[in-house]
Amino acid sequence: MASLDDLKKRIASVKSTQKITKAMKMVAAAKLRRAQESAERGRPYSEKMNNIILNLSNGISDKENAPKLLSGTGENKVHLCVVMTSDRGLCGGFNSNIIKKAKSYFSKTLDEGKQLKIITVGSKGNDQLKRVYGDKIIENISFKESKNANYFDADKVGRIIIEKFEAGEFDICTIFYNQFKNVITQIPQAQQIIPLNNEEDHNNPDESYEFEPDEDEILSNLLPKNISTQIFKAMLENSASEQGSRMSAMDNATRNAGEMVDKLTIEYNRSRQAAITKELIEIISGAESL
Amino acid sequence: MSEEFKIEIVNPEKSFLVKEDVLEVVIPAFEGEMGILKDHISIISFLKPGIIKVFSKSGDENYYVEDGIIEFKNNNLSILTSAIFSVTDLDKSKQEDLLKKAEVEASKSEISDQAKYLADQKVEVLRSIN
Repeated sequence: MASLDDLKKRIASVKSTQKITKAMKMVAAAKLRRAQESAERGRPYSEKMNNIILNLSNGISDKENAPKLLSGTGENKVHLCVVMTSDRGLCGGFNSNIIKKAKSYFSKTLDEGKQLKIITVGSKGNDQLKRVYGDKIIENISFKESKNANYFDADKVGRIIIEKFEAGEFDICTIFYNQFKNVITQIPQAQQIIPLNNEEDHNNPDESYEFEPDEDEILSNLLPKNISTQIFKAMLENSASEQGSRMSAMDNATRNAGEMVDKLTIEYNRSRQAAITKELIEIISGAESL
Repeated sequence: MSEEFKIEIVNPEKSFLVKEDVLEVVIPAFEGEMGILKDHISIISFLKPGIIKVFSKSGDENYYVEDGIIEFKNNNLSILTSAIFSVTDLDKSKQEDLLKKAEVEASKSEISDQAKYLADQKVEVLRSIN
């Protein structure tokens, strides 16, 4: 059995860990609110963008010559996966959930005999993926310096993707991120951004627009922007999810630490009692034998 | 019958401006300036660097934009842009900052004609704001 001194030390150390996790929870809660707000504020932009593109692609005259970003290269050989994770740890299952989702997609793609290329955004994802898929990672982008998700960073990622697409380095691009549902639920998402998946029903055929200049030109201008917008959306969702996940993880940690302190305190008290009882018995039996 | 319509300007970070009492908006569309009044035909177009002029009952406002896309439908004007600044709030240092960036871009030789044209536009518009 551990000595009284050891127990005392352990209680103290668990208590200080608890203080840290509690503080981290507070910080995450504050950041979460901000991240959630900006995620909500960013929504109209991406929604509007989606709407316009939908309207545009409905109105496009000949589908054959549609921009490649919309219709794809017509092939399905090389897959580019953009895995978006956080730069910091201690956020529960946040990163591992994305990685798990991504990995199952990777093995499916490889099983089908397709080529795989990976871009990791955020250092945690890179750390976890480079052991198994190290040779597939073609780029690792990290925004450790930026405090909040901002459009400028998203645009940078978007440009890289478009550059690679125009160079013919891949046919299909999918992004992986966590969608923020609420503090305890984040859903890992795989979203295909190139070619654009227009599965929503085209329900407004009577809507006629005037285009200036023509549809093709607008589309070829708009689609690259849409890529950046989608990535930005993913970044916003991700940052809200990260804080939410961290908050609940730290909340759990704080609770666990509390339970541990209780257990250790009971053990400490018991052994203190035992020691006292033992001493008493020794004294009494010593006195009796006289 | 009122002559007002609704304008909504959004950038990726937030909804930048929402106004319900707009009488006219002049936008720097890619193929030239375009004035939009109530009951304009549904239109989609994109912007070149320039000044958006908003005339409304509660006062006129000017905004400098670098790019963007507009959609007008059912008397709702949506402008999506990634770079927008209110002209009145645009202070000298910020303006010069943007101007310098635009000038650097315009002086590059390896860019496409369209990019060059856009950069030149930026320089011109920024110089004209005072």
